Amino acid sequence: MNPSSTNFKTKGSDKETEALYNYTLHLADNALIMGHRLSEWTGHGPALEQDIAITNIALDLIGQSRNFYQYAAIINGNGCTEDSLVYLRDVAEFKNILLVELPNGDWAKTILKLFFFSTWQYFLYKKLKSSFDQQLSAIAEKSLKEVTYHIRWSSEWVIRLGDGTEESHSRIMNALDELWPYTDELFIASDYEKQTADNGIGVYTNSIKNEWGEKVRGVFRESTLLFPETRLLQTGGKDGKHTEYLTSVLNEMQFLQRTYPGCEW
Amino acid sequence: MSQQDWPLWEVFIRSKQGLDHKHAGSLHAADAAMAIENARDVYTRRMEGISIWVVESKNIHASSPEDAANFYEPANNKVYRHPTFYHLPDEVKNM
Repeated sequence: MNPSSTNFKTKGSDKETEALYNYTLHLADNALIMGHRLSEWTGHGPALEQDIAITNIALDLIGQSRNFYQYAAIINGNGCTEDSLVYLRDVAEFKNILLVELPNGDWAKTILKLFFFSTWQYFLYKKLKSSFDQQLSAIAEKSLKEVTYHIRWSSEWVIRLGDGTEESHSRIMNALDELWPYTDELFIASDYEKQTADNGIGVYTNSIKNEWGEKVRGVFRESTLLFPETRLLQTGGKDGKHTEYLTSVLNEMQFLQRTYPGCEW
Repeated sequence: MSQQDWPLWEVFIRSKQGLDHKHAGSLHAADAAMAIENARDVYTRRMEGISIWVVESKNIHASSPEDAANFYEPANNKVYRHPTFYHLPDEVKNM
């Protein structure tokens, strides 16, 4: 599948097109920032094999984001490209959930973050497969196989750490304390999520909350971790209100294109 | 690094249906499940395989290099063990 070969025809009103554009960027930004964070582990993994595994996953996610960005560029139609969307947008224009931009922390925090994210992506893509939008549906279907492996890999690590040594257990408990407040944002819909879902294109994100909770509960049981019932909401990422962490990610990621515009290698 | 506590595993990959599993290399892992996942990530990322076997290296018993003389050399001059004395018809191409 090559999304850039598809001709986008504006269907419906401009508002619908704008919602589709924002929604596609949201999906792209989630995958890109998560992938970028994971790529920071390259060369620093706790063991050679895990270094390769997490780098593979980072590449999967960046590949997914490219498919979404190429499609977003077509929807936009104003000459932007996947590169300009990634390297030249300002922080307030990024629509990723806050969870993905948080620093990696230790291995336990990275793993738990990936597990929460992949589980969410999995149920989201499963529904997005039946989107009226053929391009989004095709990207979701293609990505689903990758995400299925990401859940498997990360959940086994959550179990291994949770049900491992005293130290590994306390590390993943700390990770849970730090990450949990950011999980509710996954299920609180932005305007463009609502609108695209109303049009049969997007996914009502609160409709996957129960499945997500069930999966996480199951893995937590095996990990001897308690599923927290309370939530302290940290939201805003979907509408461009980010933590200072995203600014540092973008500073590093966009540095070259900002300093030497149009530079190629 | 914790890796030093993990046992070594030998990895065998079958590249396609109908072929044998071939030794691809070795890696460290805490258990068999992790070994299979590590093998998937290390040895099949360029479409090398459709099936993976892993065996803990300690379970492989090897012949000893000192035995080489009495193991292998006696086969050296037993030319009659090779099926080379048959006339192959021209129609048979792949032998």
